[in-house]
Amino acid sequence: MAGSIDGQVLRLDEPLSFWGGFDATSGAVIDRAHPQVGETLAGKVVAMPGSKGSSGTPGVLGESIRRGTGPAAMVVTKADINLVAGSLTAATLYDRPCPILLVDTAQLESLIDGETVIARPEETS
Amino acid sequence: MTVVLEEQEQRWLSGADGKAMQLAMRLVQAAAEVSGAERFVPIEMAHINSCHYSGSMSLDFAEFLLAEGATLAVPTHTNASLISCTSPDVRPQAASPVEVDGARRVMEIYEELGCSSMWTCAPYLQPEGRPTFGQQIVGSESNAVGFFNSVLGARTNKYGDLLDVSAAMVGRVPEVGLHTDEGRRATHVFDVSGLSAGVIADPNLPHLLGALLGREVQGRVGVIDGLESASEDALKAIAAGAAAAGGVDMFHVVGITPEASSLDAATHGIEPTHRTPVTDEDLDRVAELLTSADGDEPLRAVCLGTPHFSVAEFEATVSRLDGRRVHPSITMLITTSRAVATELDLRGLAAALTDAGVRIVLDTCTYYTPRPSGVDGLTMTNSAKWAYYAQGILDVPVAFASLEQCVDSAVAGRWIR
Repeated sequence: MAGSIDGQVLRLDEPLSFWGGFDATSGAVIDRAHPQVGETLAGKVVAMPGSKGSSGTPGVLGESIRRGTGPAAMVVTKADINLVAGSLTAATLYDRPCPILLVDTAQLESLIDGETVIARPEETS
Repeated sequence: MTVVLEEQEQRWLSGADGKAMQLAMRLVQAAAEVSGAERFVPIEMAHINSCHYSGSMSLDFAEFLLAEGATLAVPTHTNASLISCTSPDVRPQAASPVEVDGARRVMEIYEELGCSSMWTCAPYLQPEGRPTFGQQIVGSESNAVGFFNSVLGARTNKYGDLLDVSAAMVGRVPEVGLHTDEGRRATHVFDVSGLSAGVIADPNLPHLLGALLGREVQGRVGVIDGLESASEDALKAIAAGAAAAGGVDMFHVVGITPEASSLDAATHGIEPTHRTPVTDEDLDRVAELLTSADGDEPLRAVCLGTPHFSVAEFEATVSRLDGRRVHPSITMLITTSRAVATELDLRGLAAALTDAGVRIVLDTCTYYTPRPSGVDGLTMTNSAKWAYYAQGILDVPVAFASLEQCVDSAVAGRWIR
């Protein structure tokens, strides 16, 4: 998913299941087993290994983008069709882009929680 | 690696056949890019979860498909809905109007798009929803994906919402993973030959074995070796437990599932990379994780039918009830499909269950939110899958037990261990 990224980084140390592990109403991580439980994704550049789990992930991600409680962008180390499907569909239905940037582990590690990050479209995939 | 697109695929992408077909092809193409597929493979049926209301976008997406001229390329069956058309009081409209009205409208739209109205997570219990060996298909609901692949030998990866119906619209998927021979090769052996005779005879064994496999297999294809026999309902329980505990999309059982006539057949003769000897204690530990109740709470509900009960499972329930009635303080719900319910009527089983105070609930499942009426405290289930999800989703204490214990407890009005 192409697009500019400009926002504050939120690092998630483990993959997140959006269905069941994230509340699209509040934008909060609610999976009690997740290290960042309680953190809010709204408007953040969410840097994480990827998503996991259920087939419900695209719908919940898309719903959060619709509501404005979802990430502004995502930086992941594993290409993930569930994230792409949610993002692409929300962009089509609501004209609200949520770009996804694929990076390697070292690049992900270089992102510091709370700092502002900027990426240009030619660097996105 | 990029798939070379055929003329029709390019036409869909161009938008010439409407925005719905364009988005569907874009999603399927994105799936190919993400997975590194070199080509698409045509599919013969689909069982989709996009028809399950999970917020306003489910409805907006469905309305978009209808308005923009979506067409389905293959027979497409619907997964369980948020609501039950025959038992609307299970999730009353007055308590959750947005969700209930949204779910109803989404159901109508997918029917208008031409889906069959199965509304079940166990489509394989009826002939139209039961693919044959080797068929390339699209599955979405996790237990059904496991069952299609493992028990029937049909071929599907697990397709998420939006992508599942998109694949049904364009009639193709990227040829990767479980669609290929190599993707189905077992690399992790679960040796159950060391289990005691008592555990082998335990009716909970398939649920626990599934949950154990799910916790241990870490994305590999597992093969269970050393099981003498397993009914189709037992295999269903393994599939559901494994999918809920660990996202397992396929497993083999030596001598029982169709691609495992021998251990060698399941592993394609290649030395497995992982081997787990399963012990009685391993299964005890898994069982403990499935129960969150401490036993002091009064029993409020018994929820069975995750995945949707088969006729044989209803027969076992009636047999265990043996003329007894459910205690008036207990809500006992069993979920199943319209097709199985018709069969129950014909056999007189529906009347026997209703007379005993059991509610047969169609079209939906009981672990989704909003929480079903009456499921408001300690709830027993015989399903590892229900136990896994309900602990997080419903916020009620859960006790995992055998079908027999569930029935006896429902009759007694208290948790019998």
